[in-house]
Amino acid sequence: MPMPLPKEVLTAVRAMVVLTVLLGLAYPAVVTGVAQLTMPDRANGSFIASDGQVTGSRLLGVAPTLDTGKQDDNGDPVTAPDPSFFQPRPSATGYATDTSYFSNRGPNSDTARQFYKEEAAAYLALNAPTSPGLTVGKIPIDAVTTSGSGVDPEISKANAAIQARRVAAARGLPPAQVAALVRKHSRGRFLGVFGEPGVNVPELNRSLRNLEATS
Amino acid sequence: MAQGILQIALFCALIVAIVPLLGGHMARVFRGERTFLDPLSGRLERGTYRLLGVGGRGGRWEPDPQDWKAYARSVLLFSAAGWLLLFVILRTQSLHPLNHGDFRSAPWDVTFNTVSSFVTNTNWQFYGGETTMTYVSQAVGLTVQNFVSAAVGLAVAVALIRALAGRRVPTAGDPDAGAAAGTIGNFWQDLTRAITHVLLPIAFVAALVLVTQGVLQTLGATAHGVARGPVASQEAIKELGTNGGGFFNVNAAHPFENPTAFSNLLEMLLILAIPASLTMTYGRMVGSRRQGWAVFGAMSLLFLVSVAVVFAAERHGTPAQTIAGLHGVNLEGKELRNGSTMSALFTAVTTVTSCGAVNSAFESMTGLGGLVPMVNLGYGESVFGGVGTGLYTMLMYVLLAVFIGGLMVGRTPEFLGKKIEAKEIKLVSLGILVTPLLVLLGSGLALATKYGAPSIYATGPQGFSETFYAYLSQANNNGSAFAGYTGFLQPDAGNAGSNGVTFADVIGGLVMLAGRFVPILIVLALAGSLAGKRAAPVGAGTLRTDTGTFAGLLIGVVVLIGALTFFPALLLGPVVQGLTDHLF
Repeated sequence: MPMPLPKEVLTAVRAMVVLTVLLGLAYPAVVTGVAQLTMPDRANGSFIASDGQVTGSRLLGVAPTLDTGKQDDNGDPVTAPDPSFFQPRPSATGYATDTSYFSNRGPNSDTARQFYKEEAAAYLALNAPTSPGLTVGKIPIDAVTTSGSGVDPEISKANAAIQARRVAAARGLPPAQVAALVRKHSRGRFLGVFGEPGVNVPELNRSLRNLEATS
Repeated sequence: MAQGILQIALFCALIVAIVPLLGGHMARVFRGERTFLDPLSGRLERGTYRLLGVGGRGGRWEPDPQDWKAYARSVLLFSAAGWLLLFVILRTQSLHPLNHGDFRSAPWDVTFNTVSSFVTNTNWQFYGGETTMTYVSQAVGLTVQNFVSAAVGLAVAVALIRALAGRRVPTAGDPDAGAAAGTIGNFWQDLTRAITHVLLPIAFVAALVLVTQGVLQTLGATAHGVARGPVASQEAIKELGTNGGGFFNVNAAHPFENPTAFSNLLEMLLILAIPASLTMTYGRMVGSRRQGWAVFGAMSLLFLVSVAVVFAAERHGTPAQTIAGLHGVNLEGKELRNGSTMSALFTAVTTVTSCGAVNSAFESMTGLGGLVPMVNLGYGESVFGGVGTGLYTMLMYVLLAVFIGGLMVGRTPEFLGKKIEAKEIKLVSLGILVTPLLVLLGSGLALATKYGAPSIYATGPQGFSETFYAYLSQANNNGSAFAGYTGFLQPDAGNAGSNGVTFADVIGGLVMLAGRFVPILIVLALAGSLAGKRAAPVGAGTLRTDTGTFAGLLIGVVVLIGALTFFPALLLGPVVQGLTDHLF
């Protein structure tokens, strides 16, 4: 015998309420509780600090910049990439950590071509002095394409090697010392198979800050 | 190249290993048998029955099996209750506790679209989660629908399987009583067991594993300028339930949703796990695992073709990159840790299933690469497809293939011993055609009238692709997007001063609702019609449906219908871009 309609309407409403308590309150609460008790650092955002100051998250790549002292049309200060730190991949969001969106540049978009030309020129201006022979065609592709999230924490090993020479020169450090830091923060593929190898920019830059602090 | 192929091959091997295990488990669950999870899940199940007011002593419940009309009524009433509750939750954001950012509610048209999107397992998102949704909306509203909409899909698929199997439903007294009376199970029991024995246990473990990789799980406010929230609990079920709605706007491209190569692998496995395993659940419940493997084989072949194409396409730069003088793979809109290979594989996985989570920007794929998600959606989400929805869609294609095969050999078509007659074929034809009709109506309206224009971001053929994909994705309840297409304009975080694009929001919402519930009603009617039929013994002239030949015929039918429906549209968008270096 099927339920009478009014009784079934009541059952449907009860089911939504009961399942909301189970799946919308109890389940997230238990997951939160276990995560906060056993791995609070990761559950809260993988923040990293140097000198007791939180400098960002290990998982969010944010560009270290220098103030140029100039102002743009809106009166906002104009910044430039700081050559003495590693620079993450280009970002469509200005490395925003509180909002995210894609660049949505299409494959046959003329504005995309224009963007790549500008990014390549900027990368060469920053790195060619310390990497003679670097041309547009030799720039690692990750260095001039925008990441999906706008805050990709990693760069390719080729990109890191080029930037390491610049960072060493800017800091007056032996290139071998910076190259060793890059190796320390490099990561292979998962199980040697899955994903792409990369170098973590926030951790690398924290190590550079720590060097400053100890020297 | 070899490295990429190795990654893809190992992923496929993992899926093949999961299918018999999870498929067998789900067969036991939906036959009402005991499983190894009973000590915990059984308790939750009985507790749920008690709170629903149906359970007897200790929450034990021997439900009356429903015929298809009663089952359909339960599905619709439950979904309507869910729609209303979610609507209320999203409209009252300013009252929510833990509303750290003082978010208001989005405009009504955006809410209509979002609610319809989550109740239909689509998770199309015009909004960006971290700037518009409170933690309560995300966890108590959207996460709950991620579970229950997936469970509804599972229930409907299982009802169709029971009808085909002609077995008695698990709890009736007489072995043949259920089938003879044309009953297909009890919705409330299927719903409850799908959640307590399948979705919740897997999601719980997966959520904690994701946190070990760095996925957030906190109720704390934005800290150090970083948007946060209870992400892992939503991420796990978003993938497992093939929902796909991200906590963050960029979905699983965000390091807080998908931080490592391992989390990426796990998320892809979660997406495919249930849709792929259901083929085995089906095989077991109809009493022949070969039937399940035949369907799995046909799905796998179509999947592998799409993986191969998108993998090869994304290994090359786009025309814009090449003309700018750059060399290398297409990394625009992709995360380095995933690279072009794992982004391509994720794209194929999320579009053959009706998940729609993305770990890279579809809009920035090469022309040929972007063709793959469109073609996958053009198969009507039958290649693995959504949780439950994929299998029942594919079973409709199976019936159609049986019918065509029957015509070829000149015999009355029968499937698993049951005669396929005019009524069933009419229902199947309707069920297969309703989604393409919605796609073409929606995108046609948006492109031919002025109302579609405010939503379009890109110029040239890409603008067409965006629009077409928006309705393709919503009608198929997928939810992925060529994300330039918009229905929501938000100047600042928190919804203050924001506007919806009413046309895109309302048409999209209606397309999602129709794309979900019309096929469900047709499938249940089909189940009702099949459940009452007697099964004849297999004879010498029976068209076998558990062979490679039949799998080939099935692939032919799926591809043919998809091609006939969507070829012109595909030519206008991605194919044009794939064939030219012209920039627009």
